[in-house]
Amino acid sequence: MSDLQFQLLAALVKVVLVVAALVQAVPVMTWIERRVSALIQDRWGPNRVGPLGLLQPLADGIKFVMKEDIMPSEAHKALYFLAPAMALIPALVAFVVIPFGPVVQISGRSVPLVVADLDGGLLFTLAAASMGVYGIVLAGWSSNSKFSLMGGLRSAAQMVSYELALSLSLMGVVLLSGTLRPMAIVEKQAGWFWEWNAFLGGLQFVGFLIFLVAGFAETNRLPFDLPEAEAELVAGYHTEYSSMKFAMFFMAEYVNMITSSALAVTLFLGGWQLGIPTELLGLQPGWTLWTLQILAFAGKVAFFQFVFVWVRWTLPRFRYDQLMDVGWKGLLPLALANLVFTALLAMSGRGRW
Amino acid sequence: MTALTLAAYVVLAVLALVSAVVVVWHRNPVVAALALAFNLVSIAGFYLVMDAQFLALLQVIVYAGAIMVLILFVIMLLNLRQELRGRDSGLLQRVLGPLLALTLGLLFVRVLWRSVTSGFAPPTPEFGTVASVGRELFGTFFYPFEAISLLLVAAMVGAVLLAKRRL
Repeated sequence: MSDLQFQLLAALVKVVLVVAALVQAVPVMTWIERRVSALIQDRWGPNRVGPLGLLQPLADGIKFVMKEDIMPSEAHKALYFLAPAMALIPALVAFVVIPFGPVVQISGRSVPLVVADLDGGLLFTLAAASMGVYGIVLAGWSSNSKFSLMGGLRSAAQMVSYELALSLSLMGVVLLSGTLRPMAIVEKQAGWFWEWNAFLGGLQFVGFLIFLVAGFAETNRLPFDLPEAEAELVAGYHTEYSSMKFAMFFMAEYVNMITSSALAVTLFLGGWQLGIPTELLGLQPGWTLWTLQILAFAGKVAFFQFVFVWVRWTLPRFRYDQLMDVGWKGLLPLALANLVFTALLAMSGRGRW
Repeated sequence: MTALTLAAYVVLAVLALVSAVVVVWHRNPVVAALALAFNLVSIAGFYLVMDAQFLALLQVIVYAGAIMVLILFVIMLLNLRQELRGRDSGLLQRVLGPLLALTLGLLFVRVLWRSVTSGFAPPTPEFGTVASVGRELFGTFFYPFEAISLLLVAAMVGAVLLAKRRL
């Protein structure tokens, strides 16, 4: 096999793996969401279909497919049809630059366990995430319904506002690491877990918290789910959607959650690093170590998935003016202060380069 | 230029031109705005082909991701019924429009002619990376860069002041 053929094959395998994992995580997440929400509200949750209700997502999937696909009259047909795809595709694309494991050796060639190891990888994620808002806005507009339109407008304002705080909170880590390549950022967080960027390694806990809050807002999750606030807007931007088109919005939300968790883990919590020096474990680079590291990444991401669910069923929703206040007067100045602090830190020689 | 980049150029050029025509001719402002966003992304594709990755990513983040979303936001707030029915453009628009287009077109031809005759050196692979753009921006062009950011802050403060007075 020539080098080019090998690289193409590796890329293809990685793409299929990542997309399959992301899409398959959605049904699992719906089950976790409902079980954990039940736990928090002292109920059982779905427990009839299969053991522990584990087959519930399958039943949901069948139900989605069987539902009638409705298109409102007076809807803008082309955009109404395209909007779900425009929400889901950027969500999937944003994940391609996130490393889910170290650089591994396969038959003498090194393969980084990331779909695309780009020089400006972090910017790529931000660019893809900023494209996601189009799906929601256009769904709201093309449905020709007031509720949908209000949801779409809110989401446009919300996403543009919180994107600023989100990108600024990342810049602290970028300053310390001196690179925008996620793989390099993770590699620089080797060693003990307190040397991760969120802790003593980068002193980025403020940046981490800002990122987390802004991440909740970017994924339209409670307490920031104003675009679909059901008490006021029926179901917000996807009020008029049914069947698999609705399911695609649903999937986009969950995939976005996974991506922002994965990004938080990559930047602030050591990505696929174990948090214990590998020499101490007596492990040589090999499939045992690599599998452990992939599992460490998956475990950290899974923990954040749980946090997303936990927060959703614990906190009430913000009011619209509160949302804007938190974004512009709270998070943005805080993120700027954090950036200045980090710049001073980097100048004083704490930088990792 | 390899066959692959040439093919990419052709595809991108078709996409950019078609979306630009849609921006101008489509009756529905939302569709036009969307076509403009599409146009901006295809221009980002041109930057990518020309080895300017950083510029391409910024183009998508800033123009397609933020500015166009705000434009869409404003269009959706307006009542579009009248606009959809369409009305005749005035005499001023009919005369000035083609004139401006012609001026801009001549400008493009001139720039194209000069770039063909003077023969720019092809960009190196490091040309558009984050590091090299940063070095240029904060090294060679440090003072102009800071002056522009000052200008932007002044414009922003001015806009806030004007808006506040009318509130």
